[in-house]
Amino acid sequence: MNARQPAPVRLEPLAERRLRALVEQGLPLVPRPWQALAEQCGLPEETVMACMRRWQAEGLVKRLGLVVRHRSLGITANAMVVWDVPDAEVAELGRRLSAEPVVTLCYRRPRRLPDWPYNLFCMIHGTRRERVLAALDEIIEGQALQAMPHRVLFSLKAYRQRGGRYTAEERP
Amino acid sequence: MATLDSLDRRLIDAYQRGLPVCERPFAAMAARLGSSEAEVLKRLTRLERLEVLSRVGPVFDHARAGASLLAAVAAPEAQRDAVAEVINRAPGVNHNYLREHDFNLWFVMTAPDEAVLDARLDALEAELGREILRLPMLEGFHIDLGFPIPWDELEAP
Repeated sequence: MNARQPAPVRLEPLAERRLRALVEQGLPLVPRPWQALAEQCGLPEETVMACMRRWQAEGLVKRLGLVVRHRSLGITANAMVVWDVPDAEVAELGRRLSAEPVVTLCYRRPRRLPDWPYNLFCMIHGTRRERVLAALDEIIEGQALQAMPHRVLFSLKAYRQRGGRYTAEERP
Repeated sequence: MATLDSLDRRLIDAYQRGLPVCERPFAAMAARLGSSEAEVLKRLTRLERLEVLSRVGPVFDHARAGASLLAAVAAPEAQRDAVAEVINRAPGVNHNYLREHDFNLWFVMTAPDEAVLDARLDALEAELGREILRLPMLEGFHIDLGFPIPWDELEAP
């Protein structure tokens, strides 16, 4: 960021895990959130900020900001489109689908035969089912995927939607 | 549905990513949006309370942050909600959706590492008495949900 910042600090693994467990739940909404987290961890504020910058630089943190619950805003049409793609083509198609502006997530996953033949997943989020289906039709047309077996699994209800918590502090 | 005014929307548009890592981040955001730190904090607190925001904070890279996987269960219609409840009670479950398929309950389970994740899934499978389809991510082509909110569509559906 700037020249006078000290080199990123390595924390004790335990301190780092504790900080992660706290920050995974969101920043405290106070004027100095890093200071508030620092106090909870018994660390200096600058150390906590340096640690967050390091996580960002390393790619552990993909983004830092407002995490929207799309459903609450009315973005309720959430289609998981699954494709059965020949293994030799799956990476290429994954890259092409992920370049489509309406595709919000795109992953390769294993098949589980005989129950589950689909190996490529993409998500399309939208305000209405018809619009999401129309957008999918355009993709199928544009990418000439008419013959590629696929299924559309709209979500009907969210039993739970929250951020990932990976650290061990979570109580079952 | 929550009514969001122009400042709420501009906050969301500008800061799904790039929240500044500085001593007074909300003051810096306010300065850019022509508002005050106190107002920004008030808005963010309200948006969290309304559940428009699940939080203000980091989104970790699943692949690096620990173990996680997408899983699915085929629950008979009549037992669906009860099965979903059991899944929600299992440790590490952060998403759980009903979807249109015989495999109708889709959830994401996370854990500090693969061994714990497998143990949690085994335990849940035993408790449910049904097979869990385990679908780890093998390759991510696009893994960012911070897409622009289509405000016009939301206003005139």
